[in-house]
Amino acid sequence: MGKKVAIVGFGQTYQRSSRKDVNGVELINEAVRAALEDAELTINDIDAIVIGNMDHFEGVNYVDCWSAEGSGAVMKPIFKVTTGGTTGTTVAMCGYYHVASGMFDRVLAIGWEKNSESDTTGAIVTAFHPVWERTRFGGAIAGLAVEASKYMHNYGVTERDGARVAVRERLHALNNPYSQLHQDWMKGMEPEQIVDLLVTSEQNQMLAYPLRMSDMCPRTDGAAAVVFASEGVAEKIAPTPAWVISTHNRHNYVFLGDINWDRNDTLEAAAKKVFEDAGIKEPLKEIDVCELYLPYSYAGLKWMESIGFCGPGEGPKLVWDGVTDMDGELPVNPSGGVMSSNPIGATAILRVGEGALQVMGKAGDRQVPKDVNYSLCTGFGGCNWADVMLLGKKKPS
Amino acid sequence: MTEKNEGIELLTIGSGEAFQPFNWSVGRYGSYFLKELKDNKTFYGVKCPKCGKVYVPPRKVCGRCYVAMDELVKVSDEGEVAVCTIIQFGFVDPSTGYQQPVPYGYAFIKLDGADTLLPFFLDSTDPERVKVGARVKAVFEDKRTGSIADIKHFTILD
Repeated sequence: MGKKVAIVGFGQTYQRSSRKDVNGVELINEAVRAALEDAELTINDIDAIVIGNMDHFEGVNYVDCWSAEGSGAVMKPIFKVTTGGTTGTTVAMCGYYHVASGMFDRVLAIGWEKNSESDTTGAIVTAFHPVWERTRFGGAIAGLAVEASKYMHNYGVTERDGARVAVRERLHALNNPYSQLHQDWMKGMEPEQIVDLLVTSEQNQMLAYPLRMSDMCPRTDGAAAVVFASEGVAEKIAPTPAWVISTHNRHNYVFLGDINWDRNDTLEAAAKKVFEDAGIKEPLKEIDVCELYLPYSYAGLKWMESIGFCGPGEGPKLVWDGVTDMDGELPVNPSGGVMSSNPIGATAILRVGEGALQVMGKAGDRQVPKDVNYSLCTGFGGCNWADVMLLGKKKPS
Repeated sequence: MTEKNEGIELLTIGSGEAFQPFNWSVGRYGSYFLKELKDNKTFYGVKCPKCGKVYVPPRKVCGRCYVAMDELVKVSDEGEVAVCTIIQFGFVDPSTGYQQPVPYGYAFIKLDGADTLLPFFLDSTDPERVKVGARVKAVFEDKRTGSIADIKHFTILD
């Protein structure tokens, strides 16, 4: 299994729809400096760096090279990984593997994106096959809308059910100053009341049925960095390190048309393996908090079922019952999640960093009101890739 | 976010009218698929010798069984909507650089005889007709060139 590894520091930029005050290198540097400060380390303490984003959003390749002065990689080993939406979690997994190998003690993992620099959907479409898949393909919004169509068809799920997830994410985001969306008008309102408004308001533009503007993640500029350290080193850096208990990923297709749209079987398989490693038999009871890559509202229903928090078709009940709210049995996305902030190459590592903050007790206003022994983090990529990372307070045996 | 240099206009520099053409190989099976579309308005898939699954468009390896596939099989030009939506938001088509015309119905279609889905657009934007389970049929362009655009659209039969 390699050496035990923990997260000992996390830093993120303020995420906004457009950060014209910084270029890519500067944005990356902002996150790296915040992570080093959090861990009380200097760049000299870092043995290696992993970085990632999706080149096609900025139209500039090789971030590992051109960002070296911002990332701190000058005269250090640096590796780039890119896996689509999962880039951030894959960067984190790669940082973890570096340390687990025993060859590096302190590794910095960085994800970033400046989505303001291009048409996000146009850029996403270039991740799909130019001959067989791109004809009128509407990128993530189209791919997710068709998934929702099948989920609604299978279980009689309604637009109100989807909106309830959106409301949870946006209410949680009000506690997170780094998040892009702060929908202050929701403050003090009951979730049901907001849901009613969202599904009837003409201002809430229909993008692709059943997805309205409120059902989708925004496009964001932002960066995030996580410091991984090996056992023996981690305990000296952080009073409460967030240990990596287990991490796995799964990928399953060549074309989107190959998918079985009834299930998110990559997420299902990766989560199953992680729980098996950790000896977790009842995820809903044993996991204390989640930071899940939920890019749109219906993912907060269907994918909860895929992870194993409830049975098929039971997602809406779980969410309406308040189980996943801040004061519920399983708070999901105290940060406000992807639907409140989505700098794509950083989005999944934000899940890992935010999950680590919960274990370390450093999440500030968004810290869940309960003990956190296990925090579950996921990444999702449009190419149906699923990354799952379980963090814990107790060093794995 | 730095507050220094307040008052300075923050600039972005545009790429201009960038255009970079690519030439993508579609291989033997892809070439056959497109030739049949052009000459005979016929869809072809490929069958896995191990699991029997028929893949459209055809490709050489069944990823699950990890075996080579060499049996090209004809599938129908009719099928069923497996998943669908009606696209209403505007976005840039990276192949042309222009906005896609919206709205349009869009679906992943299970052609009869195939086990995978073909993504394409429909001739309807009626939410009562663009539905999971709807029967559809391919409509072809009169003048075909050997590209996926030889399919004009799929029409809803129901």
